[in-house]
Amino acid sequence: MSASLWHALITGTAVALAAGPIGYLLVLRAQMFTADALSHVAFAGALAALALGWDLRVGLFAVTIAVAVGLGLLGPRGRPDDVVIGGVFAWVLGLGVFFLSYYTRGGHGSDGTAGVRVLFGSILGLSRAQTVAAVVLELICVAAIATLARPLVFASLDPLVAVARGVPVALLGWSFLVLLGITAAEASQVVGSLLILGLLSAPAGAAIRLTSRPFVGMLAAAAIAVGSVWAGLAAAQLWPRIPPSFAIVAFATACYLIAGLIEDPFVVERRLSSLTE
Amino acid sequence: MLGTATVGEFSPNLVSDLLDMWSAPFMVNAFRAMTLVSVLGAAVGVLLVIRRESFVGHTLSVIGVPGASGAVYFGGPAALGYYLAAGIGVLALGSRRAGGGARLAGQNAAVGTFQAAALATGLLFISLYKGFLGGTSALLFGSILGITGAQVAQLAVITALVLLALALLWRPLVFASLDPVIAASRGLRVGLLNLAYLTLLAVSAAAVAQITGGLLVFGLLVLPAATAQVVTTRPARTLVIAVILGFLIGWASLYSAYYTDYPVGFWLTSIAFAAYVIVRVGHQISDRVNG
Repeated sequence: MSASLWHALITGTAVALAAGPIGYLLVLRAQMFTADALSHVAFAGALAALALGWDLRVGLFAVTIAVAVGLGLLGPRGRPDDVVIGGVFAWVLGLGVFFLSYYTRGGHGSDGTAGVRVLFGSILGLSRAQTVAAVVLELICVAAIATLARPLVFASLDPLVAVARGVPVALLGWSFLVLLGITAAEASQVVGSLLILGLLSAPAGAAIRLTSRPFVGMLAAAAIAVGSVWAGLAAAQLWPRIPPSFAIVAFATACYLIAGLIEDPFVVERRLSSLTE
Repeated sequence: MLGTATVGEFSPNLVSDLLDMWSAPFMVNAFRAMTLVSVLGAAVGVLLVIRRESFVGHTLSVIGVPGASGAVYFGGPAALGYYLAAGIGVLALGSRRAGGGARLAGQNAAVGTFQAAALATGLLFISLYKGFLGGTSALLFGSILGITGAQVAQLAVITALVLLALALLWRPLVFASLDPVIAASRGLRVGLLNLAYLTLLAVSAAAVAQITGGLLVFGLLVLPAATAQVVTTRPARTLVIAVILGFLIGWASLYSAYYTDYPVGFWLTSIAFAAYVIVRVGHQISDRVNG
């Protein structure tokens, strides 16, 4: 196995380990659109960094986390309104286009494919330093999620009762957004900013179909996400014309669909209502 | 954005600027197309904003990417790809709709997975089709260059059809969007209306995407309508204001893109977002002042 494949495998595994449980919580909180928005913010941040000649990850993390925190400030209990997210995110995307055109025209040794690389990922082009950074950051994220999981699930399922019991719901919502920002930024290097949702929502959707227990569900989502990354990388090795990002998302989607075949949709509806009501 | 091809310099006289721009035939088509899609996007966007369904709206916006790249890969017309993808989107997202709470949570995962799968498919087509890379940027971020008369005609037909459907179904659509439960109890067929709304949204997104690119449709859908909603809560007034705003934003962004070095998609979203922020802040200030 080549070094680049090892880097891809290790980074992909680390990102998937965090993306699984975070995605599960996103589904519980019905906040997947925020993830959608932050993934596009990651795109704009990365291109801003490229255009201004900074290290790509500096822009990626600074912008993504800043917007995550900003979105948290814009809404009650750290949960902004749908239309506010939509408005901010449409504009940030426009800024991304601005930086893309600036970069492709500018003199930073650009080759015109940078935009596509950021959008769709370049998992086989990760350096050793990037791999180490991804592992450290994602382990921190996983540890944070493990610590916060219980209050987060409580705050997600019944925010009013949680507030009454003295759970810091707003702070939790906010910390969750920051963790999401970090993972979105990391995931954009693996599958690309356009396909982050594949790692966040497909494994989580499959897990919710398979189990009604939140903590088992989070583990299942992590396992499905990691499995999809491995299977996707293997498929891309076998058929070099297939981009790894596509293969990873395809496997995750397949898991989601298979889970739907196994599970009776009405049971899932009832399960979700018992969870959210 | 056109570099050396620019006919004249910008002057404060907007009318002479306009005539100057229109001396280039491609700009005439650009203005025609932009007028159509900005009005169309803003009008349909009002329903999207009333329903607070940005996620569905954004997902239907980006499925044009696999649609068009698939059409190019298989050698068909791109427009066909956009509308086919829109149809698939309606089928995929329309099967489990209506209801809030629990369903919304399940829908979140379904919509997200669908969006990721659609974009991944787009990536597959783009990578399989060698030499498509230059066109990828136009596919994602739009281009106002090279819009043909036939394309404008196609957009005009779609815009007319969608606006006609909106005019005919406006009241029941708004009612079913604002309060599906009461609407159903009054005998409205909410499921059917939801499907109609989804279809109009998907078809409009497919039309708009041909000009703005798959990634920037969403700005035109959500921003004019969101801005209008700050000023008024009445759906019909929101519609009128959103359409006027959409039109102005579309034209202003063409002016800006023509006379600067930056793409129209950037101007479109930036001007629309600036309008949103100004109106919101202005509204808050006037609320404070008036008590």
